[in-house]
Amino acid sequence: MRHYKYLIIGNSAGGIGAAEAIRKTDKEGSMAIISDEEHHVYGRPLISYYLGDEIDYDKIFYRPFDFYDKKKIDAILGKKAVKVDFDRSIVTLDDAEEIEYEKLLLATGGTPFVPPIKGLDKYEHFSFITLDDSLKIRERLSRKKIETAIVLGGGLIGLKAAEALTMRGINVKVVELADRVLSPVLDEQASAIIQDVVESEGVEVITGHTFNEVVGNGGMANGVIMDTGVKIDCGLVIIAIGVRPRIDLVKDSPVKLNRGIVVNKHMETNIPNVYACGDCAEVYDFLSDNFRLTPLWPTAYVGGNIAGHNMAGNAKEYVWGTGMNAVDFFGFPVISAGYINPPEGQEMEVLTKIEPENMTYKKFLIQDNRIMGMIFVNEVDRAGVILGLMRDKVDVSSFKDDLLRIDFGAVHLPIKLREEINTAAV
Amino acid sequence: MRRVIAKEEVCIGCRLCEIWCQVQHSDTKDIIKAFKKEDKQAVPRVHVEEEGARSFGLQCRNCEEPYCVYSCISGAMYYDEETGTVQHDPEKCVGCWTCIMACHRGAILRDERGERVAAKCDMCTELEVPACVAHCPNEALILVEDDQEEETE
Ligand SMILES: Cc1cc2nc3c(=O)[nH]c(=O)nc-3n(C[C@H](O)[C@H](O)[C@H](O)COP(=O)(O)OP(=O)(O)OC[C@H]3O[C@@H](n4cnc5c(N)ncnc54)[C@H](O)[C@@H]3O)c2cc1C
Repeated sequence: MRHYKYLIIGNSAGGIGAAEAIRKTDKEGSMAIISDEEHHVYGRPLISYYLGDEIDYDKIFYRPFDFYDKKKIDAILGKKAVKVDFDRSIVTLDDAEEIEYEKLLLATGGTPFVPPIKGLDKYEHFSFITLDDSLKIRERLSRKKIETAIVLGGGLIGLKAAEALTMRGINVKVVELADRVLSPVLDEQASAIIQDVVESEGVEVITGHTFNEVVGNGGMANGVIMDTGVKIDCGLVIIAIGVRPRIDLVKDSPVKLNRGIVVNKHMETNIPNVYACGDCAEVYDFLSDNFRLTPLWPTAYVGGNIAGHNMAGNAKEYVWGTGMNAVDFFGFPVISAGYINPPEGQEMEVLTKIEPENMTYKKFLIQDNRIMGMIFVNEVDRAGVILGLMRDKVDVSSFKDDLLRIDFGAVHLPIKLREEINTAAV
Repeated sequence: MRRVIAKEEVCIGCRLCEIWCQVQHSDTKDIIKAFKKEDKQAVPRVHVEEEGARSFGLQCRNCEEPYCVYSCISGAMYYDEETGTVQHDPEKCVGCWTCIMACHRGAILRDERGERVAAKCDMCTELEVPACVAHCPNEALILVEDDQEEETE
């Protein structure tokens, strides 16, 4: 039986973050990474850039091709872990191989949520989560000219899919049930600006609606029936309404689950020597001082990194993350983090500045002199300075008036913080 | 670890660091050509942050925990083990701006030539002393390597 000191399930942000941290202290300890995806590690968010022909295929890969060799990692790719026996510390693969571990990391990520819409069982449609999805859609586009595509979901993934298809010369209609796009990560004002941007690039955005049926013939979709009863013709249907933690592997196991796998700040589950991180786990959020799903690339990587340090024997806490999104649509940048509107029942001071002529917008939420949320639209430089202030719980009262300046940055901070920025190694 | 630090008490905001950074990252590395002849001007990766009489040059400080690298979705931002520095490969960058969100110093900017890639200081690893440090008239930018850190600070 193969035996590894470190066994990682998931070959993506979380898994790689852990592997790289482990190798900082333990250069030799045996390590393997398992994934049911066959590909060399790739940047999952880059699948839209590849679909849109914005990058070549080889650019999608996240680390050089000699990565596993150099880091002395056995990459067990194209194999699915189907069972974990936590008493014997053994993972079983879909080809029945059993692998023994000393430390196990669950970095199994997310799985696309596909609602039970009539016709989906009969007609071709796509999710947009994996490189294979991107490859399949590309293959579909190369086989037959597609005039119109329908994307269900006006969140980040749906809009990135819409952007990519637009780049390929396809008319895209985005159908979003909420009354605006990107509603979990932007406020009304910022959503409206982004909707303007994508519409001016030719994307049609239909908010407040969904479709109830996919229709077609011979297995191919040729349209959707909207909740209004109207049929919209299309040659391609993409379902991008969200991702849920992929926890099937530990569903009926002693691993404690809530919405995702429950971990502490050391990224440990309730089972000794078993860790979890990334989209499959409920991780610490410094802003709410609580554990919750934060399904994002940076939080997955950093959470994995902390897990890796702990697996290799260096006690470290994960206190870096909160909801944080940086994204660009058609060359139009947006960054947001933390609260976007004051949560129900909480008093927060709201600072905003909008310049319609430049399509710029800035917003800060402040509570007890601490920044609790930020939105930057079209002018995003130095946004990280604000996120740093949020993380360090800095009292901003002495420079609050400067926050909305377009060039707000390190120079506007008090001397002690400036000195840290200018000289500290961390 | 190679790192440039800034001393605001002696920075006069002359912006020579920006100018020489641009020259160093130009095609010709010639100051006249870099500013007057090259079609595509290089972007300076150091910028002088200024507020009234207060100023300092801000560039990558080569953080011990490089969150820009940890956050990067494409692998464009990476830790180069050979030089011990954080580096950025614009060829791999897709311009998602996650590094800008991750850098708590505000040292990474967008490439203003409209390239949809980030512009980050590379610490001039091919030079003994980075161009900005070498051309600072007041020693307001100082190169520190790990072993000498204590004496410099
Ligand atoms: C199109 C798109 C765009 C995105 N854009 C952004 C963005 O701009 N910024 C951002 O922060 N985030 C973005 N995200 C989200 C980001 O990609 C995820 O948060 C991140 O990939 C999570 O990393 P992870 O390691 O937790 O899991 P994942 O990346 O989901 O990887 C988990 C891996 O584990 C494998 N696996 C799971 N279970 C098993 C098993 N039982 N056996 C074997 N293998 C298994 C899976 O196949 C997968 O390869 C985007 C996502 C998508 C789909």
